[in-house]
Amino acid sequence: MSTPGNDISAPALKKTPLYGEHVKAGARMVDFGGWLMPVQYSGIMEEHHAVRNQLGVFDISHMGEVIVSGPNAQVWLDSLLTNNVSRLQPGHSHYTFLLNERGGIIDDLLVYQYAAGEYLLVINASKIGEDFAWMQAHLTEGVTLENKSAEYAGLAVQGPGAARLFDRFFDGRYSRPARNEIIEVEEKGIPLLISRTGYTGEDGFELFFDATRAASVWNAILEAGADLGIKPCGLGARDTLRLEMCYPLNGSDLSPERTPLEAGLGFFVDLDKPDFIGRKALVAQRAGGIADRLVPFRMLGKTPPPRAHYAIYKNGEAIAETTSGSLSPTLGVGIGMAYLPAQWARINEEIEIDIRGRRFPAVIDRKPLHRKS
Amino acid sequence: MNVPDELKYATSHEWIRQEEGQARVGITDHAQAELTDVVYVELPKVGDRVEAGQPVAVVESVKAASDIYAPVSGTILEVNTVLESEPALVNTDAFGEGWLFTLSVEDASELDHLKSAEEYREQIG
Repeated sequence: MSTPGNDISAPALKKTPLYGEHVKAGARMVDFGGWLMPVQYSGIMEEHHAVRNQLGVFDISHMGEVIVSGPNAQVWLDSLLTNNVSRLQPGHSHYTFLLNERGGIIDDLLVYQYAAGEYLLVINASKIGEDFAWMQAHLTEGVTLENKSAEYAGLAVQGPGAARLFDRFFDGRYSRPARNEIIEVEEKGIPLLISRTGYTGEDGFELFFDATRAASVWNAILEAGADLGIKPCGLGARDTLRLEMCYPLNGSDLSPERTPLEAGLGFFVDLDKPDFIGRKALVAQRAGGIADRLVPFRMLGKTPPPRAHYAIYKNGEAIAETTSGSLSPTLGVGIGMAYLPAQWARINEEIEIDIRGRRFPAVIDRKPLHRKS
Repeated sequence: MNVPDELKYATSHEWIRQEEGQARVGITDHAQAELTDVVYVELPKVGDRVEAGQPVAVVESVKAASDIYAPVSGTILEVNTVLESEPALVNTDAFGEGWLFTLSVEDASELDHLKSAEEYREQIG
């Protein structure tokens, strides 16, 4: 037996300010896009179920934070991002894309207008350098761009117990932000940005704050959530939770060769905006018809779990490969996503997944694969 | 980590127990802990002839599929079909109910190339 993905001897892996806490908690640390991150603590299944049924907390300090401000901040962001920043209310956030000229996805991100005219961009860890370089290259007058990634720690508290945890943590001093809302609060002298966002499909909050205070906030959350069944959760559960919701993972389901329209995420693209980088390509793609579409599938019956880059067959012909795959801990069957030619990218269409030379039946399903009962 | 004294071990984390006319094979407690939650086990076919060091089974966790190697050469006699419905036995009882397969040993001298419990303990630290 060999255990892939556990090689932590590679040089210069970055650590979050919670590295010491993870090791103390017995986490298994792995290389994730150049970061030494916890893949699990007690076990992926257990952590997954904790988030679906109780509460979990994730270290998301590896993610990047970019602050955009200045009199032209909104107009500039609207020239770079697909969603309409001019419609984003102060104190709110939305999901959006940073595209190249071909309409391909450089990164998917959340934009928070945390104060009037001031924007926080939360970007993928592996893309911090590339995103920031892209933004700097396109910078215009009247815009201040700051990469604060190293200065911010981030936590995601996710699960049905999140609202109770919030009230307990702040002793009822603050009202909970609404979905996609962001508030600035203070706890024991630590300023916190808190948003009602997440990547699991459960209710929850994401907290961004001074990285030097990471351990004390992390431990305070775990303490406040102890009798709510809170568990520290790693990237393993984060991946199975997001896949059940069909939330894409950049680098797997999204890439510079795929557009948000192919990914089925046109809702977050405002083609009525006068212009943004990639808009022309998207308009042309929409007019010409979208050849491939990202769709979720689930395996029919008991099969080995599907994984990324497995070949997909239809009528005996290889038509695509999977972009993500896993056993779904909630559903108990294999699930995944793939870009399929439009003619096959239809709900209830049956396909076959090649797993080590054997083909297993699967069916295209609707998003999300996991729905709350 | 539990490393029973009476077993032999392969560097690739399989254990082998000598029984009457055959040998039983599974993965070690250390291996199951490294793999984490086992969700699927693909077993060899009864009657297959396998070479020492050849991948013969696959153990899948939520995160990854891992090959399991034959510790010695021989013919597969029996496979643990219970694992098809209860793969987690590999986690909960690695040296017992979580066994993978039995095989006839062609060349008993191959067993001498495997590690003792003490040597295996040293390997996994």
